[in-house]
Amino acid sequence: MAENSRRPQTLVDKIWRRHQVTEVEGERLLYVDYLFLHEGARHAFDDLEAMGRAVYRPQQVIACADHYVPTRDRKLGVAGVRDPAVRGMLERFDRNARTHALRYFGVDDPQQGILHVVAPERGITQPGLIIAGADSHTTTHGAFGCLAFGIGASDALHVLATQALWRRKPKLMRIAIDGALHPHVSAKDVILSLIARIGVGGGIDHVIEFAGSAVRAMSMEQRMTICNMSVEAGAQTGIVAPDDTTFAYLDGRPDAPGGAQWDQALAYWRTLPSDAGALCDTEHRLAAADIAPTVSWGTSPEQASSIDGTVPDPRAIADPEKRQEVAAALDYMGLTPGTPLTAIAVDRVFIGSCTNARIEDLRAAAAVAARGRAVVPTWVVPGSSAVKRQAEAEGIDRVFLQAGFEWHDAGCSLCTALNGDLLAEHERCASTSNRNFRGRQGRNGRTHLLSPAMAAAAAITGRLTDVRKLAM
Amino acid sequence: MLFHDLRFDADGSQKGDFILNRPRYRQAGIIVAERNFGCGSSRESAVYALKTFGIRSIIAPSFGDIFFNNCLKNSVVPVVLDADTCAALRAELHARVGAEITVDLERQVVTDVAGKEHAFSIHPLRRRCLLNGLDDVSLTTEFLDVMQPFEAAYRREFSWLSDGS
Ligand code: SF4
Repeated sequence: MAENSRRPQTLVDKIWRRHQVTEVEGERLLYVDYLFLHEGARHAFDDLEAMGRAVYRPQQVIACADHYVPTRDRKLGVAGVRDPAVRGMLERFDRNARTHALRYFGVDDPQQGILHVVAPERGITQPGLIIAGADSHTTTHGAFGCLAFGIGASDALHVLATQALWRRKPKLMRIAIDGALHPHVSAKDVILSLIARIGVGGGIDHVIEFAGSAVRAMSMEQRMTICNMSVEAGAQTGIVAPDDTTFAYLDGRPDAPGGAQWDQALAYWRTLPSDAGALCDTEHRLAAADIAPTVSWGTSPEQASSIDGTVPDPRAIADPEKRQEVAAALDYMGLTPGTPLTAIAVDRVFIGSCTNARIEDLRAAAAVAARGRAVVPTWVVPGSSAVKRQAEAEGIDRVFLQAGFEWHDAGCSLCTALNGDLLAEHERCASTSNRNFRGRQGRNGRTHLLSPAMAAAAAITGRLTDVRKLAM
Repeated sequence: MLFHDLRFDADGSQKGDFILNRPRYRQAGIIVAERNFGCGSSRESAVYALKTFGIRSIIAPSFGDIFFNNCLKNSVVPVVLDADTCAALRAELHARVGAEITVDLERQVVTDVAGKEHAFSIHPLRRRCLLNGLDDVSLTTEFLDVMQPFEAAYRREFSWLSDGS
């Protein structure tokens, strides 16, 4: 132990050590500060009841209705949901959250929204914590310098019953992104372009720490966008060392500490960044200046390229496995090799999701929307009810409405198509979400991932568009 | 549902050409897969579906992290073997319908069609849980005597987290 404490520690080492309850043959039992749940967690509650156990720390369980909530005609709340299966999911979640006295943000709550938008904006997500979320994109919260893991239903049950989690210590990959991003290049382009380079397995077994001057210069919203998609690079989670940007964001939020406790917390948070000389297992470097607006053309987030590129030709790919993957993706996407990406017409645009539905994302989309009119159906779905109110206070909703964009209530919506918002067969959608898997937005639907500004540009031109050119 | 869009046509009928629909493979208990198997899903239903189908073990060069853990927690044994070995196993299985391989968790070896053994390793704690059918919650409750003082000290140190709860 004494020797250990002299060795320079990484950010992950520090958080890990402070949460380790015990170790058995390399598996560590970690104390969990918060468990995050959405409607999908029903099996965990069923199993907990079947085991005759209670929720161990209900006030450390945050439950948000987001996946199944309607994002239109919501005046009647859950009762107004017509699809009985969807309504059943919401009712069951409501019952579980209330029975177990969880911290619950239901459909009618003024703070309702996507879990990964709500927890940060309430100040629940803080540096140094361990958060376990029964959702893959729990990685988002790493933007605050905490360890936030997506877990499955068995682990969710375990955390409900014990407020702890068994994990092996992950490896650390540091990705340094240095320099300044070009105008119109966003955090979404950074992460899409990074995944295109390292692949969907690039971060496997690792926590990715995003570092470098480009990351230091990012707002919390932007950091959340890159951490959100770290899971798309195969990583266990993403993390950014907390700094003054983090602290300024947290200051005054309802769950953030106040008064003397703020000073105490701040002093602790400042000790968290990695010590000088602390080693990581893998390192990558990326020059911010090399990143262009990026869009996915395939059925995996790594199948993406800069907007001035073309649809790849499988015949030019040497690795037979890759060649087959690309050919199958193009077949599904209905794309011909060699087509310029900017020649791809879209049927619909979705601006939303836990990747890109925070206030800054909406501002970026509105700045582009102000310059034209949507020529295809375009939905804007704010990440939370608070984001919606703020956008309305800033007049952003009117910019969208004047441009013919639809303005919705908060929820996951078309990101995952569980609430009934979904693409028609073969419909092509420019989407600010994080997954372009087959059928993700509806059976045989075709998804192109891109940034909010690029999505708004696609809305007003009806095809994938280089927002840099639109700006000139 | 397991590989739904691969196994079923739009009208819900089974596609005869998908491998798990062929009668000889309907009894399959082991999948030999390619890299990144199960990548990107935290939904445990992926594992439930495999288990319900009768899959007891999956052999692949690499797995999605969450999926790998979900397998362990649902008594499906995830086995990591290098890509060449996986390709060779698939070739052997395709070469003769009804050919069998075995996964021995006790000894941590996969025996191929020709009887050759390929060693793999699974974390000792996980192996013990799998072999004894011990669930995680019961395992953890064995540690309550360390957990409770830990939590008390934690709450004192980070008082701003628990105030008001
Ligand atoms: S917005 Fe999409 S990715 Fe995010 S939590 Fe909802 S369904 Fe998941």
